[in-house]
Amino acid sequence: MIQPALFFSGILFAIGVVGVLTRRNALILFMCVELMLNAVNLTFVALSTMHGVTGQVFVVFVMTVAAAEAAVGLAIVISVFRHFKTVDLKAVSVLRG
Amino acid sequence: MMPLDLSIPAQLTTAYLPDLVVMGGGMLLLLWAVWRPESEAHSRSVAWIAMGVCLAGIAAVLWSWNRGLTAGNGAIAVDAFRWVTDLVILLGMLMTLAISVDFNQRMRLLAPEMHVLVVLAGSGMMLLTAARDLMVLFLGVELMSVSVYVLAGIDRRSSRGAESSLKYFLLGAFSSAFLLYGIALVYGATGSTNLVTIGEAMSTPAVSGSPMMMVGLALLLVGFAFKVAAAPFHMWTPDVYDGAPAPYSGLMACAVKTASFAALVRVCLEAVGTGSERWHLALWWLAAATMVVGNLFAIQQRNVKRMLSYSSIGHAGFLLVAVTAQTTEGAAAIAFYLVAYTLATLGAFAVVVAMNGGSDGVTHVDEYAGLWTVRPGLAMAMAVYMLALLGFPLVGGMGFFAKWYVLQAALHASAPQTRLAIILVLTTVVSAGFYLYLVMVMFMRPRPEGLAPPPPATGLTRLVIATSVVLILAFGLYPSPAVKVAQRSAAASFAPAAPRPTASAVAP
Repeated sequence: MIQPALFFSGILFAIGVVGVLTRRNALILFMCVELMLNAVNLTFVALSTMHGVTGQVFVVFVMTVAAAEAAVGLAIVISVFRHFKTVDLKAVSVLRG
Repeated sequence: MMPLDLSIPAQLTTAYLPDLVVMGGGMLLLLWAVWRPESEAHSRSVAWIAMGVCLAGIAAVLWSWNRGLTAGNGAIAVDAFRWVTDLVILLGMLMTLAISVDFNQRMRLLAPEMHVLVVLAGSGMMLLTAARDLMVLFLGVELMSVSVYVLAGIDRRSSRGAESSLKYFLLGAFSSAFLLYGIALVYGATGSTNLVTIGEAMSTPAVSGSPMMMVGLALLLVGFAFKVAAAPFHMWTPDVYDGAPAPYSGLMACAVKTASFAALVRVCLEAVGTGSERWHLALWWLAAATMVVGNLFAIQQRNVKRMLSYSSIGHAGFLLVAVTAQTTEGAAAIAFYLVAYTLATLGAFAVVVAMNGGSDGVTHVDEYAGLWTVRPGLAMAMAVYMLALLGFPLVGGMGFFAKWYVLQAALHASAPQTRLAIILVLTTVVSAGFYLYLVMVMFMRPRPEGLAPPPPATGLTRLVIATSVVLILAFGLYPSPAVKVAQRSAAASFAPAAPRPTASAVAP
């Protein structure tokens, strides 16, 4: 049971990474990051069947932190939208050099 | 003094005392900050109290250090290396808070929360320096990063700030996911998140050579490389430091980096140890690439904040050289280096703040032309910072000795890092190209017609600039007390690493 879970959470993580690297919409990027975090949660839960409860406790922490991060992240996305009228990262580039 | 037993709540509280002081102070400060309507006077009062919280934190750290507290194995480390890095972080927070008062006046920023966020970010950093468990490490990283994402975009009127904040947030969250996946796999391979237990498990080749451990350590290192801005994971740094308000760019360049390096050193010395050949090799390449990329790309920059951000990448490379040594001497060199680097870099950002006439644009190097003729004090201070970052003997003060001890640590390692030392010296020579260029512009170019002199700095900014210059020069003339403290704290904190097996004692 552990091996398939690890395998599929690895695939889920990879999907998240590919999404972050190829998509240019800030919200989609953020969703892909959340996908990566949840892939890690799945890994932790799978491993905790082998190593005891630490992994499950870790998952609770990760979910809490992800919620806090989402609150801050969406606020930042809104502030970017107010300035640029878009959340497309190609258009959001006044910083260069 | 008996070692503290971290499973007893009262003793755990004692071990956490400095963190609790800063964290509790930050939460009470938040209540006070939102109690009154926004005004310049209220924002200033919050800043003063935030500085008071930092001073209380320093007092708590000194108290704990003075009592010689130690602890058995547990979620957090109680040792001198933690106290030293805590002090460097609190120093960086104090300097940031002091210059942000002046900056807010110039930019007409009123939000008092920003000072609270500095304190909360600082409590995350202190958690990070204390972490002896990957769970605490993760919480520290997130508490620090989430607060700093907001600080980057705290100026709501600035589109540059918003972009900087978004880029920092997306890449920071991305890198946290890597760090976390690394932690999960290391946990899977060893069955523990405690650094010491992981270190014990690493001594069996079956664990240290298992694919899960390899991948886990690699992802962990990628996560750290993003946080300390090591090449090739540095791409976000120039944009973020350029767009963020100058005091908070300084905080990111100094305190955030100090905390990340403290955690990296602890992971290296306590968990990975000398058990993993590939980890060492990866660190080697990371250090070499970071030194070359940071210093080469800084040369073509004509935007002072961007130049300072590439300079901070280069310095991350120099610090990684000392990490690669994987000795307690390396840890001591890092602690000393971080003091010099924090003083010089935050000092330089204080000058950037003092040069700002209230605009949110690019800080072009031409604005510094002929600064010597209109603001000789600022020009002199900036020259000292640049020479300290360059590591010039005597006039560069502490900076020279900082590099010297990193070099020594690299050469004294059980596998001497001669090639890294050569790259360090060569890239330092290259870095003269941009540090001395700025000095040349300030002292030898004429002041352009019609360029108004920068507005006079407030007392706090002047105090920050004067104190950091004096400290840099004083430690440059008389470095031995600070060096001894750094060496003693590192030696007391980390058991000497076992000698590396001779077959592997070759650099790539």
